[in-house]
Amino acid sequence: MTLPQQAVTIAMVVLGTVLTRFLPFLLFSAGKSMPPYVRYLGKLLPSAVFGLLVVYSLKDTAILTGNHGIPELIACALVIALHVWKRQMLLSIAGGTIAYMALVQFVF
Amino acid sequence: MDNKRTMLKKALYAAFPHTIPILAGFWFLGLTYGVYMNVSGFSFWYPMLISLTVFAGSIEFVAVNMLLGAFSPLQALAMTLMVNARHLFYGISMLEKYRGLGLKKAYLIFGMCDETFSINYTACIPKDVDRGWFMFFVTLLNHLYWFSGSTLGGIFGSFIKFDTTGLSFVMTAMFIVIFMEQWLKEDRHAGALMGIGVCTACLLIFGANHFIIPSMIAILGILTIFRKVFEKGKSLS
Repeated sequence: MTLPQQAVTIAMVVLGTVLTRFLPFLLFSAGKSMPPYVRYLGKLLPSAVFGLLVVYSLKDTAILTGNHGIPELIACALVIALHVWKRQMLLSIAGGTIAYMALVQFVF
Repeated sequence: MDNKRTMLKKALYAAFPHTIPILAGFWFLGLTYGVYMNVSGFSFWYPMLISLTVFAGSIEFVAVNMLLGAFSPLQALAMTLMVNARHLFYGISMLEKYRGLGLKKAYLIFGMCDETFSINYTACIPKDVDRGWFMFFVTLLNHLYWFSGSTLGGIFGSFIKFDTTGLSFVMTAMFIVIFMEQWLKEDRHAGALMGIGVCTACLLIFGANHFIIPSMIAILGILTIFRKVFEKGKSLS
């Protein structure tokens, strides 16, 4: 790919990203009252989308092969336990990640 | 003028602690991304400029493959729209929160990546802190972390030697914590449980590479069809 072609490709990625971010704000601009359906989606969607992101971040876990997702299971349980216990975002994330690294590097 | 400086400082100090986990996550992922571009044969200018202008993690990794393949701008656009379609959901959720913030709003929307969205959506902003500037600093700090991590990764990529296997779990851990924060804030969990359930089902049916779009369609469909059920249960304002 030539440099101008690379520039166009990256510009397309920028355009696509900007479109997905600005579109809702352009469609439902301030002043106009939002349709109740859109308001309803805005309230209910985040919980569902956060669920989607959790599943997304675990999508490449090998359940049937390799270590059968056991390190992921243990580390996820640890994150949840730490967060229920202390509710310190960084502690939960660091604890779970260090545990996961130790598990995949030394145990499994 | 002094008042404005004090106000900005206050907003920055209030915002920074919320972004510390993102600092850790973005520096790691940004470094990884920079290194990935480095070993794919691109100089540090690429991760530097892309992280600044795109600022959307997953599609930036995908873009490396695009740049290595044949020139196909329309496919690049279509792929980006698909991978980033979830931002439409974020936008709808933030319509009210970003309303009336003037010029800052354009940057807030431009920089609305997953992590920025989830902080700005869930954070309990103290009453005496300016909401607009709080969210502005969350967005700016996250942008800077990603930008600096990617650039450094591009520059120093080839020198990193310690075993980083498994560090990518930082993303999973972060999303779990974000999910839990949302969970602890709501009194009914129908939406959250539905999200997990539907996405897991779609993952099993469509596989890891093709489940995002079906999941989003299913989530929208279920929320639309069972609106009465979800609204009745939702007593939150």
